[in-house]
Amino acid sequence: MTPAVEVLDPGPLTLVEDLGRVGHLAVGVGRAGAADVGSYLLGNRLLGNATGTPSLEVTFGGLRLRAVGELLVCLTGAPAPAELDGRAAPHNALVRVRDGQVLSLGMPSAGLRTYVAVRGGFDVPPVLGSASSDTMSGLGPAPLAAGQVLEVGTRTESFPVLDAAGVADPRSGTVVLDVTPGPRHDWFADPAALASTTWTTSSRSDRRGIRLDGTPVERLLDRRDAELASEALVRGAIQVPPGGLPVLCLNDSPVTGGYPVIGVVTAACVDRAAQLQPGQPVRFAWR
Amino acid sequence: MPVDVRLLPMGECAWLVETDDLESVLALESTLGGLVEDGDGPWGEVDDLVPAARTLLVVARATTDLTALAHAIRAAATDADATTPRPASRVVEVPVRYDGPDLDAVAAQTGLTAAEVVSAHTGTPWRVAFGGFAPGFAYLVGGDPRLVVPRHTEPRTRVPAGAVGLAGEFSGIYPRESPGGWQLLGTTDLVLWDPDRDPPALLTPGTTVRFVEVPR
Repeated sequence: MTPAVEVLDPGPLTLVEDLGRVGHLAVGVGRAGAADVGSYLLGNRLLGNATGTPSLEVTFGGLRLRAVGELLVCLTGAPAPAELDGRAAPHNALVRVRDGQVLSLGMPSAGLRTYVAVRGGFDVPPVLGSASSDTMSGLGPAPLAAGQVLEVGTRTESFPVLDAAGVADPRSGTVVLDVTPGPRHDWFADPAALASTTWTTSSRSDRRGIRLDGTPVERLLDRRDAELASEALVRGAIQVPPGGLPVLCLNDSPVTGGYPVIGVVTAACVDRAAQLQPGQPVRFAWR
Repeated sequence: MPVDVRLLPMGECAWLVETDDLESVLALESTLGGLVEDGDGPWGEVDDLVPAARTLLVVARATTDLTALAHAIRAAATDADATTPRPASRVVEVPVRYDGPDLDAVAAQTGLTAAEVVSAHTGTPWRVAFGGFAPGFAYLVGGDPRLVVPRHTEPRTRVPAGAVGLAGEFSGIYPRESPGGWQLLGTTDLVLWDPDRDPPALLTPGTTVRFVEVPR
């Protein structure tokens, strides 16, 4: 019997993600992939999985899975309180799950996205080289649904050498993100204003982009009504629409956009941004 | 003639290369595309080239030396030539039922009759300049200059798959049902995007597109 998990409850949103699609941007296919790359990688590394093995990305907890066969699992990212048949299970550590046991995730007190990796990875057919769900284009598997059975694959590379890793949980409170000047930095009256405001993570944020509320960033007077010909975006790019409220592009952002990019958040800090809860304060620091 | 480029910063592993016009973007894209294929030096680190109307994004891996890549881009731009005609490309015929909801509005905006809009749209070959809006969506250029119309100020919430539209200097076809602000002239049954096909996009950059009218 192939080991598998049966989805009892997917919670608000659970997606299959890996390192994403590379090399198709020019035909409009974005990268997608795990939003918090560091947490995604950690789980697979602890399990001895091959690079790019598919995991589950659980947004705001709520996932309940029943094991079919014996599994070795690792939870990383947002510390959603986890239980195995009602007993607490650790994060950032290897967890042995026996046939029929139920793994459930509560709501994380800090952070947003928890990764569920399994030894061997989830066996999901790749589309254009990746098993990732792209919520923008609809490529890849649909969000997990109750009753679904996901088989576990055999994509291992080595035996696990560590039982647990000491990592800091995502922060609650104000998160500071490092940002480098973007291509249209010079469209703004005072780019420093981006770093002098404490922004609030909007509840309208998703994998396409993190929307921020606060004091609008103003454009230069002569750029106020200027139209920018659409140009390509990257993960971490901060677009500023005419209203002045920034949008930080995440993994499923459109490949191109028509709003000027004031800055680009460093890759490590995009991982941190991917863990922002709605309402959480954010500051930027120019690098 | 070399292509004038301005290298604009775009994070830790990309450059946004700005040029003067679309022809320069396409000339540069074709030159850099060849270098990426050969994969020598920093070009072996480049994962994506993303052309747009005035810019080309060069995306490399996280480990890439961005300064070396910038030198390589500038050197390549000196060799690129925006005045050389591009080699003949593959031609795709797109059968269209000209039954779109904006056909009469486009006629009014351009001062043509609906029949003249259709013959202008089918009369000149278009060329795929770049993609990017959605998988399989292609921005087509080089059509009849009378067909320049603004996009809707309020996008439609639902545009059907296969809808053929105009916006600015571009024509385009919606690969799947989506929201959209283009002025819709008609519909095609061609499948623009199929992830199980190689390549999945029917209209790849450089492809020549001829629209052909079919009965409604």
